[in-house]
Amino acid sequence: MGVLLEVIELHKSFGGVTAVDGVSFDLQEGHLLAMIGPNGAGKSTCFNLINGQLRPDRGKIRILGKDITGMKPRHVWRLGVGRTFQVASTFLSMTVVENVQMVFISSHRKLNSMTKKVSNLYRDEAMELLKLVGVEEQWDRPCGILAYGDLKRVELAMALANNPKLLLMDEPTAGMGLKERLKLMELTARIAKDRNIGVLFTEHDMDVVFSHADFIIVLNYGKLIARGTPTEVRDNEEVKEIYLGSCATGT
Amino acid sequence: MGAFIVQFLTGLSDAASLFFVAAGLSLIFGVSRVVNMAHGSFYMVGAYVAYFVVSFLPKGIFTFWSGIIIAALAVGVLGVIIEILLMRRLYKAPELFMLMATFAVLLVIADLSLWLFGAEDKIGPRAPGLDGSYNIMGALIPQYDIALIVVAPLILIGLWLLLNKTRWGILIRAATEDRDMLAALGVNQKWLFSSVFFLGSCLAGLGGAIQLPKGGADLLMDLNVIATAFVIVVVGGMGSIGGAFLASVLIGELSSFGVLVLPQSTLVMMFLVMAVVLIVRPYGLLGKPEAEEHLPPELVESPLRPAPLKFRLVGLGVLVVLILLPFFAGSFQLVLFGEIAIFALACMSLFFMMGPGGMVSFGHAAFFGGGAYAAALLVHYTNSPMELAIALAPLCMGLLALIIGWFCVRLSGVYLAMLTLAFAQICWSIVFQWSGFTGGDDGILGIWPAKWASNEVVFYYLTLLVSIGGIMILRYLLFTPFGYTMRACRDSHLRPDSIGINVKRQQWFSFAVAGVFAGLAGGIYVFSKGSVFPTEMSISRSFDILLSVLLGGVHSMSGPLVGSTVFIWLEHQISQIPFYKWGLQIQPWRLILGGIYILLVMAFPQGIAGYFGRRFEGTFSVNK
Ligand SMILES: Nc1ncnc2c1ncn2[C@@H]1O[C@H](COP(=O)(O)OP(=O)(O)O)[C@@H](O)[C@H]1O
Ligand SMILES: [Mg+2]
Repeated sequence: MGVLLEVIELHKSFGGVTAVDGVSFDLQEGHLLAMIGPNGAGKSTCFNLINGQLRPDRGKIRILGKDITGMKPRHVWRLGVGRTFQVASTFLSMTVVENVQMVFISSHRKLNSMTKKVSNLYRDEAMELLKLVGVEEQWDRPCGILAYGDLKRVELAMALANNPKLLLMDEPTAGMGLKERLKLMELTARIAKDRNIGVLFTEHDMDVVFSHADFIIVLNYGKLIARGTPTEVRDNEEVKEIYLGSCATGT
Repeated sequence: MGAFIVQFLTGLSDAASLFFVAAGLSLIFGVSRVVNMAHGSFYMVGAYVAYFVVSFLPKGIFTFWSGIIIAALAVGVLGVIIEILLMRRLYKAPELFMLMATFAVLLVIADLSLWLFGAEDKIGPRAPGLDGSYNIMGALIPQYDIALIVVAPLILIGLWLLLNKTRWGILIRAATEDRDMLAALGVNQKWLFSSVFFLGSCLAGLGGAIQLPKGGADLLMDLNVIATAFVIVVVGGMGSIGGAFLASVLIGELSSFGVLVLPQSTLVMMFLVMAVVLIVRPYGLLGKPEAEEHLPPELVESPLRPAPLKFRLVGLGVLVVLILLPFFAGSFQLVLFGEIAIFALACMSLFFMMGPGGMVSFGHAAFFGGGAYAAALLVHYTNSPMELAIALAPLCMGLLALIIGWFCVRLSGVYLAMLTLAFAQICWSIVFQWSGFTGGDDGILGIWPAKWASNEVVFYYLTLLVSIGGIMILRYLLFTPFGYTMRACRDSHLRPDSIGINVKRQQWFSFAVAGVFAGLAGGIYVFSKGSVFPTEMSISRSFDILLSVLLGGVHSMSGPLVGSTVFIWLEHQISQIPFYKWGLQIQPWRLILGGIYILLVMAFPQGIAGYFGRRFEGTFSVNK
């Protein structure tokens, strides 16, 4: 198993606020790495830096040894980085299956095709993924009217359609009930092991984190304050302090 | 040296009136989200009112300036009246419908002004006490210009104090930045909106009145100034009064020195500067990146479905009627229906970029009229056959759209739209002013179809083939990955980029495709008319197309078709009204059209096809 993602001394500040302050970590192929920390700790910013939506002030990001610092999101994606957003983001005027088809079309570089109709392109492949994440019954419904939990699943299917090596999942279970959360993370973990995908995710529910993460890193005020296996992190005094003081659930 | 300084000072003084207009436009937009097309009319009315008040009052320094202030206040009151009677009912409607209403007001005011103020241009009175000149190293500058250079910064400071130091101003800024917060504060919004309209309109009136001694008053001022004001707002940065000031100075200086460099078209200079500014600072000199705007859920479109059988049958029926038309209709009807078909194609091309593409254009006539000119010039100068001219017109317009679109897609929403209008106005001015090549105001005449198509029935079929063919191609494109990618870019900002879509490039291409098909419509249009004039590229023409699309509704493909048919039919009906019988010298068609638009906007704020689509769900609309 090789190193999939290396993050080295990452810095990002917005005006006066330092959102990410010298964060370094790495992630092995096929592992689930949970990034936890209170609200405003800089988790989403980390995700945005890795997938290229934001440009770091300092630091390096490598994927499979390749330096991707400062690359545009669409180029990072082509290297095999799939992403789901904290606030689910899909194409609301399209149906569920069309959303996934769009990813296939893009990954086969057919976006500018003016000859074939979309309805005939990669429909079967898209349906297969919908089945995998469990929303196949909804395939023909517009994304605009889907329940939020289902939308998160569609996002997962979209992220998987490009055969990613790395999945970035910012609060994949936000807005779901506890049972659904556990189910979705179980599914994610299974897919990740099957396909040897590395997953970086954030999650507020500690039950979910401790039952599925291989490793955990803890962020507070932009700084990485602890890392290790779930048991190591659970016993860390500083982490206990943070989570005693603030609530462990939220957005 | 002296001449140089005088040129510079002239530029500064020109900037004053531009600044007032642009600042007013920006204020009104910031609070109410209304792109007020009637702002240009307010400017014009300001100039006329000042002219009449100043000539009526006894001569004197005090009365002159009183006249200017009276004019500004009168226009402010006019603005409030329009806000209360019309805009207030429309704040809940989509922004574009408010735009449509303000354009209707512009049309109405245009005809009323002609009637009230007379057709001939008014030469402004000299300002008493300021009618001399200063000598600067041998060159003369009117004293009045110096006065303007002093007044503009004073108004800027006044506005700054008003917006930063008063409770009202702070509310205005809060409303500009966050509209929901305003509602939460429980501020009386009605009063706030009306007062902003008053101030903004006052500024427009002041701009018109104060330039009177320099530029006089004429009936073309309304549209001329609005394009410049849009450029200033975009260059200065939306919502920034300081930016508007800087940009006015820049544009004022440019026109002043531009005359020396390129006397035919100072607008070309404006274009170059705008281009440079937008390349370096996409949000304008002092503008901030726009906050992402999310579509309210009720505006999210339903997915694209193949047309239901009923709809296909209706479409087929219309097609059969059109094909059989020559057997039972006279030549007059053939021409009318040919015109509807061409106009429908132009509208469909705008719908293509507006609806699925999410990019509104206020300047689509640049490509429609541009296509007509491209074909006409080809015939005129190279004697090219009709077929070649019709084939090359869309290509030329595709190229033009690639150039214009490259700049436009760097912006979004209303800023993009303003930029399209500015570009279109520049294209129009090139055609209008470069009379050696384009014939200027006299147009290009004698562009007739090839021999085989000169029979009216044959030409009618050719028109149908080109127009309906173009419409069907555009429709098909929406079902292909190209069309889906367009919609993807419209639906979400984050998502496309994270699945490998280059949003800006896609929008650029969509823009170009829209240009191609508008060019095609223009190409065939010129042969149906036999001639082309600059009006085909004018702002009014752009709004004919835009309003037809809005009339039909932007949420279904049948929208532009219904809208264009209604528009051409209306235009035809109005041209049939026998005004001369009632002793009218002029045809007040703008007044009538504007009035109809206002009624339509109030009656169907969702567009006609949108309205009927909702009433007869699944029967007439494609998307449902
Ligand atoms: N675009 C931005 N502009 C300014 N500040 C930001 C921006 N994005 C995040 N921040 C700030 O950075 C800090 C970290 O935010 P974020 O990464 O969203 O935290 P988390 O996802 O851990 O809750 C917060 O203080 C937040 O206010
Ligand atoms: Mg977050």
